[in-house]
Amino acid sequence: MALLRTTSPHLHGPQTTQHVMQQLLLATVPGLIALSWHFGWGSLINIVIASCTALACEATIVSLRKRPAWFYLRDCSALVTAVLIGLALPPLAPWWVVVVATTFAIVIAKHLYGGMGYNPFNPAMVGYVVVLVSFPVEMTTWPVAQSMLPDGLSTPGLWESIQVVFQFSGSAVDSYSSAYHSIDAYTAATPLDSFKHNNGLLAEQFYDQDAWFVGGRWAGAGWEWVNLGFLTGGCYLLYQRIFTWHAPVAMLSALSIMAWLNFDGGSSVSNGSASMHLLSGATMLGAFFIVTDPVTSAVSHTGRLIYGALIGVLIFVIRAWGNYPDAVAFAVLLMNFAAPFIDYYTLPRTYGHEKYGLGKKASTSQQSLDKD
Amino acid sequence: MSDVSYREISRNGLWDNNPALVQLLGLCPLLAVTGSVVNALGLGLATMAVLVGSNAVVSLIRNRVTDAVRIPAFVMIIATFTTCTEMLMKAYTYELYQILGIFIPLIVTNCTILGRAEAFASKNALIPSIADGLLMGLGFGAVLLVLGGIREVLGSGTLFANMDLLFGPVAANWSIQVFGSGYSFLVAILPPGAFIITGLLIAVKNALDTRAKQRRDALKARPVKGAKRVRTTGVVH
Repeated sequence: MALLRTTSPHLHGPQTTQHVMQQLLLATVPGLIALSWHFGWGSLINIVIASCTALACEATIVSLRKRPAWFYLRDCSALVTAVLIGLALPPLAPWWVVVVATTFAIVIAKHLYGGMGYNPFNPAMVGYVVVLVSFPVEMTTWPVAQSMLPDGLSTPGLWESIQVVFQFSGSAVDSYSSAYHSIDAYTAATPLDSFKHNNGLLAEQFYDQDAWFVGGRWAGAGWEWVNLGFLTGGCYLLYQRIFTWHAPVAMLSALSIMAWLNFDGGSSVSNGSASMHLLSGATMLGAFFIVTDPVTSAVSHTGRLIYGALIGVLIFVIRAWGNYPDAVAFAVLLMNFAAPFIDYYTLPRTYGHEKYGLGKKASTSQQSLDKD
Repeated sequence: MSDVSYREISRNGLWDNNPALVQLLGLCPLLAVTGSVVNALGLGLATMAVLVGSNAVVSLIRNRVTDAVRIPAFVMIIATFTTCTEMLMKAYTYELYQILGIFIPLIVTNCTILGRAEAFASKNALIPSIADGLLMGLGFGAVLLVLGGIREVLGSGTLFANMDLLFGPVAANWSIQVFGSGYSFLVAILPPGAFIITGLLIAVKNALDTRAKQRRDALKARPVKGAKRVRTTGVVH
């Protein structure tokens, strides 16, 4: 990544920001296909709305800041933020949820902190958390997977989806839209959420009975394919050397270990199996597209291992004992706070210098600066 | 320090040295209770009352109390006025008092008040001290009010809701519905919204100041008539 700060000797990296961002966009495609296959057109509509909003906000703010607008639009970073928001929000969320999330991400979380490369928090996650906190009802309504719908019903087509998203009023449309939101057959809590409220069933019984898990053994119908899709995209990025393996692997391992330790043999207060935690919710999207953000994560390899592992631990802690069913956004934001601190203690040794260790923080260069 | 200019006191209190936007004092109540205009106004008035009273008394005793014990003495005075205000609020605006809860007694610890006692009232005569208390209180209250207004409109879509808690039944229908009835945007009411909006207000103030300064400088830097040689060497001061 062009923004990786290392000490000399410097090597020229052929990757430009634009190239990295385009690869990221490309890598979201398998996940997007899985989402659309199982949950309908919602995610695609989200992405379109988010992209338009993000580009408009980016252009406005950049020209307010008297910078060349086209130069910043061309690097696709705003588009990546938009696509990540579109993928993270529930399909068929009302359009204004998407607009608020994206505007907040680009204007407040990105540009008010100095723009591309200066933002301490991941913009997409800030936008997501803002709407999650503000509109709990809209944000916890997920459409059910295609395979869970009763006979005779199918996920809404493109035109119906647009009507639902934009909440068109008009006799026929209105009735469809309200029907969509009122029929429980169409929407449900997410698998992680239903598992949390499993009414005292043993994990095994719950997996046998709950509609999500009847359709998909590991992590809920549809969800496991979505996560596998993001995993595929992530592996592609890893292969393209867009990021190093450290943060995602650390995060996924920490999450699995925590889940395995707390599985509790599948009792009625079990926190769920490791496979459920790995393949449900936003785990894979987070691991490969959010945690690897070069701007907001730790810099060195050791730092990224620590950063990723702590995110994994936090995700499990919040999922198991917190109020929210999913936790990737909160965990990432909390660790964004901590990234500079991790960097402080994991600074790699500069070539030709002594280790810049804990006790020796005030080394010669610092002292000479102080004397001046 | 007898020749204080009231112009300067008001400028400082309301803008240049505003307790909330420049000194960044008293942020805890500022962020905690500005979810609506009525809460903000209630706390703003209470703070202003305490500030005026404590400034007046501190100014009166400034030559009697030795330096060594001045801080405890100031705190005692502030606590007395806070308790009076609390009792008044209990008597006349009981519901508002219940909403503001702990933040009324906490006025004692509001750094603005102790700060003004120490920085101004303990060095100035009675009348300027009262003026300073009043204007600092107004400056603080104004920020509270603006913040409360913005957060109420953004967060719950209303403006001046429940004003009858402060002004009695006359104000019962002052409430303005800005957005539709089902509107709510919780972040604006929760603490993060308070921080973000306060930050934006400070940014706006700084931007206005910068613009005013640029305009002043531009006026000052009008080119002098007649040719002048440009100095090309040495350091120009």
